[in-house]
Amino acid sequence: MNADVAAFAAEVREFLDGHLTDDMRRRMHRTGTSHDWDLHRAIAARGWVAAALPGSPEARDPFEMAVLFRELELADAPYHGLSVTMLAAGVLQQVGSDELKAKVLPQILAGDALVCLGYSEPDHGSDVAAASTRAVPNDEAHSTWTINGQKMWTTLAHVAQHVLLLTRTDPDVPKHRGLTMFLVPLDTPGITVQAVHTVSGDRTNVTFYDDVLVGDECRVGDVNGGWRVMGVALALERGVMGGTALGEVLWRAARAWAAGAGALDRPRVREVLARTRIDVEVAWLLAQHTAWIAASGGLPSVEGSMTKLFASETYQRAADEWQDLAGAPGLLDMDAPGSMADGLFERAARHAPLTTIYGGTSEIQRNNIAERHLGLPSTRGGR
Amino acid sequence: MDLRLSEDQEATRDLLRRLFEREVGTDVVRAAESLGHSPQVWATLAAAGIPAMGMPARLGGGDADLAMLAVVAIEAGRAMAPVPLIEHLVATRVVAELDPAHPRLADLASGSAIAALAPVPAVSGRASLVPGGAVADVVVALDGDVLVAAGGPPPGAALRNHASAPLADRDLTGPDRRVLASGADAGLAHADAATEWRVLTAGALSGLAATALELAVAYVKQRHQFGVPIGSFQAVQHGLADLPGPVLGAELLVHEAAWALVTGEVAPTGAGGRELALMALLFTADVAADVTARCVHYHGGYGVAEEQDPQLLYRRARGWALVGGDPADDVERLGALLAEGGG
Repeated sequence: MNADVAAFAAEVREFLDGHLTDDMRRRMHRTGTSHDWDLHRAIAARGWVAAALPGSPEARDPFEMAVLFRELELADAPYHGLSVTMLAAGVLQQVGSDELKAKVLPQILAGDALVCLGYSEPDHGSDVAAASTRAVPNDEAHSTWTINGQKMWTTLAHVAQHVLLLTRTDPDVPKHRGLTMFLVPLDTPGITVQAVHTVSGDRTNVTFYDDVLVGDECRVGDVNGGWRVMGVALALERGVMGGTALGEVLWRAARAWAAGAGALDRPRVREVLARTRIDVEVAWLLAQHTAWIAASGGLPSVEGSMTKLFASETYQRAADEWQDLAGAPGLLDMDAPGSMADGLFERAARHAPLTTIYGGTSEIQRNNIAERHLGLPSTRGGR
Repeated sequence: MDLRLSEDQEATRDLLRRLFEREVGTDVVRAAESLGHSPQVWATLAAAGIPAMGMPARLGGGDADLAMLAVVAIEAGRAMAPVPLIEHLVATRVVAELDPAHPRLADLASGSAIAALAPVPAVSGRASLVPGGAVADVVVALDGDVLVAAGGPPPGAALRNHASAPLADRDLTGPDRRVLASGADAGLAHADAATEWRVLTAGALSGLAATALELAVAYVKQRHQFGVPIGSFQAVQHGLADLPGPVLGAELLVHEAAWALVTGEVAPTGAGGRELALMALLFTADVAADVTARCVHYHGGYGVAEEQDPQLLYRRARGWALVGGDPADDVERLGALLAEGGG
């Protein structure tokens, strides 16, 4: 980490000291919504939403981006709205229409508009290119479209202004060639948002689209060019937008708990401290390596997969270890008297199973590594 | 910190990789199994100035720091080079620093004499299972409250062992014994040397793991069963796809530990050189054990056949780390540093 990056890390920490409150954290844990408008607008005012846009005056390099999200994670800040919205901003900048760039992008950069992702469907998760939500043009000039379908895991749809929606526009061609992306305002008539509560306490949503009428200016990228847009979005997502410091958050809180509880002398505590700390360091190094590939102009798809796979799988093991070590009190919710580390171990054990699923399951990461890094043949025989 | 290798490090890596590819095929490794040392390979390294690398230039050395030596160790590990190079590099640094008038320094620099470090403290003048001890002319060991460099003729034979390493017990009480440090200084100097030994051994293990992964992947591409390469089966693919991340992470951790020890800086995660050295050996030992075990496994029956290479890798992965003692002791050391606020 060079001096500029270290200085930026210090700047982010100082910013969070001034703007992130315990109330915000507790509200996030209670509601399961990892977004806070006050914090988000303050972040936007610093120019950090625009940090992901290459060529913008606020652009940050991948090392700085990695640092930004690492500090947000370490501070246990509600930041998922930021990461998804930055990703959408990057997509709009690269392949958005002039109208979207003129109208929506400034709202996003000002911190006034949030975007959520509408990729997965009830029947299509990892196989996202099989999406069946239909968008049908209403005239030959494609001036308007009517959308019908259903999306799963549209996290933050209940607070966002837009959804980046992957639709099927041609069902008669191979699946990757018949997709089109739209950026749809969530207040458009015909859209219903329904909560899905998860075991971790995180809230996500299912969203329904019934005869939703949108103008062609909402289209992102070419008609039937949706897979290319997905490629742009995935490239922005991999590796540098959070999720790799989960283990470090848990580790720091665990050591603070052990110190406070006078448990640092217990051999078993020391053993778990040591073993989990090693995985934290390796996850950090892999994330740095991913940022380095990106900073060198590469597309760190495989490195992002290695990092995500390692960070999430080791986080799961660590969450189990710490909860075991806490014994029965490790079962107590943060509001129950006597809970360990403010309920952290209990919460981590509920959160851990999500991390090897969202953002690409461990199996999808292994497929990616096997095919693109080890050069083994594709095993996905289906269409 | 910068995870990229410097130009000098890259040049050294390329030079050693070519040298080992040319000189150390697995036939050479096999031929050296009983002693764990190949005089021919050592002579080649000596001709290239490698044994002197870690010593200061004024004593005929190459002035290389630990970050550069880590590059050497990784390449030696990749090739399973049957020479006590890591032990020699660490021990010569200690002798050159603490006993610059040692009569054998010139021989150690030229490679006509070999030095070794006993990573585990000796008991009553006797160092047990010293890596490199079978062939070392000078053995650096912690003997009670003194750090000594003991001379005397090497046994020239190894105790038959799992890793086919040149292990031997060594008597430290002979007439050539020189005291390098006493009292608290001796313990500290030995701990520092053991820390360097851990980082370089971790480097060798990360190189070994990389070789095992390459071998396993190449094999599953060419081995056909049921009319297709076994590497086309997802069960096999996923068992291998778990490994490149940890193998890469192992190498990065070795470089990070060396960087921290050379610069005295603390990583952005808060870990210092001593913590990182312990982490590096614990992690690379686990990764090398895992990768080499899977390499054996995906070779099927051929993997356990003595005439095949996977078993060579498998035995060394465990053996190279274990000569430093039970890994649980290092876990305890790391846990103590972390409990005291390190990392």
